[in-house]
Amino acid sequence: MKVLVGVKRVIDYNVNIRVRADGSGVETENVRMSANPFDEIALEEAVRMKEAGICSELIAVTVGDEASQEVLRSALAMGADRAIRIHAEASPQPLNVAALLAALAREEAVDLVLLGKQAIDDDANQTGQMTAALLGWPQGTFASELTIEDGRARVAREIDGGQQTVELELPAVITADLRLNEPRFVKLPAMMKAKKRPIEERTPEALGVDMRPRVERVEVSEPVPREAGVRVADVDELLHKLRNEAGVI
Amino acid sequence: MTNTVLVVAETAGDSLAASTLVTLTAARELGGAIDVLVAGAQTGSAAESLASMADIRCVRVAEAPHLAGALAEDLAAVVAAHVGEYSHVLAPATTFGKNLLPRVAALADIQMVSDVISIRDAETFVHPIYAGNANETLRVLEPHKLLTIRPTAFAKEAVAGGEARVEPVEAGKPQGRSREIDLQLDESDRPQLESAGVVVSGGRAFGSPEKFRLLEELAAGLNAAVGASRAAVDAGYAPNDCQVGQTGKVVAPELYIAVGISGAIQHLAGMTGSKVIVAINKDPDAPIFGVADYGLVGDLFEILPELRDKIRVLRGEPDSQLAEA
Ligand SMILES: Cc1cc2nc3c(=O)[nH]c(=O)nc-3n(C[C@H](O)[C@H](O)[C@H](O)COP(=O)(O)OP(=O)(O)OC[C@H]3O[C@@H](n4cnc5c(N)ncnc54)[C@H](O)[C@@H]3O)c2cc1C
Ligand SMILES: Cc1cc2nc3c(=O)[nH]c(=O)nc-3n(C[C@H](O)[C@H](O)[C@H](O)COP(=O)(O)OP(=O)(O)OC[C@H]3O[C@@H](n4cnc5c(N)ncnc54)[C@H](O)[C@@H]3O)c2cc1C
Repeated sequence: MKVLVGVKRVIDYNVNIRVRADGSGVETENVRMSANPFDEIALEEAVRMKEAGICSELIAVTVGDEASQEVLRSALAMGADRAIRIHAEASPQPLNVAALLAALAREEAVDLVLLGKQAIDDDANQTGQMTAALLGWPQGTFASELTIEDGRARVAREIDGGQQTVELELPAVITADLRLNEPRFVKLPAMMKAKKRPIEERTPEALGVDMRPRVERVEVSEPVPREAGVRVADVDELLHKLRNEAGVI
Repeated sequence: MTNTVLVVAETAGDSLAASTLVTLTAARELGGAIDVLVAGAQTGSAAESLASMADIRCVRVAEAPHLAGALAEDLAAVVAAHVGEYSHVLAPATTFGKNLLPRVAALADIQMVSDVISIRDAETFVHPIYAGNANETLRVLEPHKLLTIRPTAFAKEAVAGGEARVEPVEAGKPQGRSREIDLQLDESDRPQLESAGVVVSGGRAFGSPEKFRLLEELAAGLNAAVGASRAAVDAGYAPNDCQVGQTGKVVAPELYIAVGISGAIQHLAGMTGSKVIVAINKDPDAPIFGVADYGLVGDLFEILPELRDKIRVLRGEPDSQLAEA
C-alpha cells in the first residue's frame, strides 16, 4: 500500500504569536517554525504502517516555499521513503492545497492520504475533507484509532458527545487527531542522513492546478485581551465574590 | 442584492441540536430569506420544531435510511446539490459541520471560511486563527459563501412564531464506500459541555482518574459540565470529548472553573470567552491567573473538598439561586 502524508510548516506551537502593527498578518520574521504537530502524528502513523509491513511506500509532501523543505527533511529522518515539495507562495488556501494533494495522489496512485485534522496556524480544518471530495474518496476525519485490513480502514473518530467508528473502503483520506499516537523523536544521525537525500519538486502548473486565491485577507487584528482579575484568600472569599459580585452562583 | 441563506441543521437523535439554533442566529444577522435543510433517517420532529420557528421560509427535508450515520460522503452530495440556489450556506462549527462543510465546498468548487465569529457584511467575515491569538477578517470572492459558525459566538435562542412550509428534497443514493459500524455516546446526565452554564475543568495536577472524581463531585454540586485539559485527557482522567481548547471544544459558560490547569495558549483558546473565570492552582505564577477574574492559590486537594462541601450547603439554602444550564 502506498501512503501520502501532508506536512505543513507552521509557527511552532510554543511561540507567542504577535500580530503585525499594520494588520497585514502575524509576525513570522525570526520566529521558530516547525512541522504542524498533527502532521507529525499522521507521519508517525504511516511510519508504523511501514514497520508493520502494511505500507510499502511512504511519500511526504509539503506545499510551500523553499523554507518548507525543512519539514520534509524531518519527515525523511522519521521514515519517509520520498519527499516532494510542491511550489507555492506563502499561505495557499485550503481548496488549492487540496487540489494539489488530490492531483498528486492520483499521479502517484496512492491508496491512502493521511493528513492532520487541522493546521495550528490557520486552524481551518478543511484540507482533508476537501481532498477526499475532489478525489471522490471516503473520509475518516479526527481519527484517534486506525486499523487497515483487507483493503479497508477502520477509523475511530473523536466527535462531539462521544466516538464514532466508521469503515472506509480504500483508497481513502484520513485526518489525524491528537490521540492517534505519540510521534517519536527524530535522532540526530537520522537527521544528518536526511540532509543528503533528494527532495523532488513539483509545480501547480505541472499538476494542472489553478492557485488563484478565492478569498482575500482584509486584516489581521489582535483580539481584545482579557484582563487578569483579583486573587482571593480562601474558599469563603471566593464563594462570597462569586455570589455577590459576579452573581454566578 | 438580498441574501438567501441555507442553514444545514445538526440533529441529536431525532431532535434538533443546540448548535442549529446558534447557526440560525447567524443566518438572521445576514438577513434575507432563510431555508433550513434537515437530513437524516428520521427527520420528522426536528423538521416540525424548525417549521414553528420565526424567520424561516422553508424547511427542506432529505429523509432516507442511509443518512442515519450522518456520513459526510452521503450528506455532502445532498447539500452540494443546493449550494447554487443560495447566496450563503451555513453549518455549525461542531464536529458535524467541520466534517461536512469542507466536503460540500470542494464539491461545489468554493473556498469556505471556518469558525466565523462575526459577520461584517454579506461577504466579509471574521474568524480566529493561531489558537485565538489573532482574528482574521476575510473577504470572500466566491459567488456562494460557505461558512461554519462558531457556536459560542452567536446567541442560542429559539425564536418561536413561524409557519414555514416543509418540503422534501432528493436524499440521493448511498455512496457505499463508507459506513458507520459503531457509535458510543456519553450517557451522562450532566449538562453538555458546549451548552452548560457552568463548566469545571481539571488538568494534569489530579494525577489519577480516581482523584479526578473530586472534580466530578464539584461539578455535580454546581450542575456543571466537566471539562479537561489535553494533559488530563491524554492521561485518561477524562474522555476525549471533554478536551477544552484550540483542538478540542470551545466553551463560553457563565462560569468556568479551571483546577490544576497551567493555562497553555492551546487551552486558553477554548475558554477565554467565558463570562467569569476562576483559577485554582498551587503555582502563583501559572499563566491561567492572567485570564482569571478570581484566582485562588493553593493545593487543589485541600481546596476542592472544602469548595464542594460549602457549595452543597449554599445550594441547600432556600434562597440559593444556582446558575442552571
Ligand atoms: C489572503 C489569504 C486568504 C485566506 N483565506 C482563507 C480562507 O478563505 N479560509 C481559511 O480557512 N483560511 C484562509 N487563509 C488562511 C490560509 O490560506 C490557510 O493557510 C491554509 O492554506 C490552509 O489552512 P490550514 O493550514 O489551517 O488547513 P487545514 O485544513 O487545517 O490543514 C489540515 C491538514 O492539511 C495538510 N496541509 C495543509 N496545508 C498544507 C501544506 N501547505 N502542505 C502540506 N500539507 C498541508 C496538513 O496535513 C494539515 O494538517 C487565508 C490566508 C491568506 C493570506
Ligand atoms: C498541537 C497541540 C494542540 C493542543 N491542544 C490543546 C487543547 O485543545 N487543549 C488543551 O488543554 N491543551 C492543548 N494542548 C496542550 C497544551 O499545550 C498543554 O500541554 C496542556 O494544556 C497542559 O495541561 P495542564 O494545564 O493540565 O498541565 P500542566 O501544564 O502540567 O499544568 C498543571 C498545573 O497544575 C498545577 N498543579 C499541580 N499540582 C497541583 C495541586 N496539587 N493543586 C493545584 N494545582 C496544582 C501546576 O502548578 C500546573 O500549573 C495542545 C498542544 C499541542 C502541541
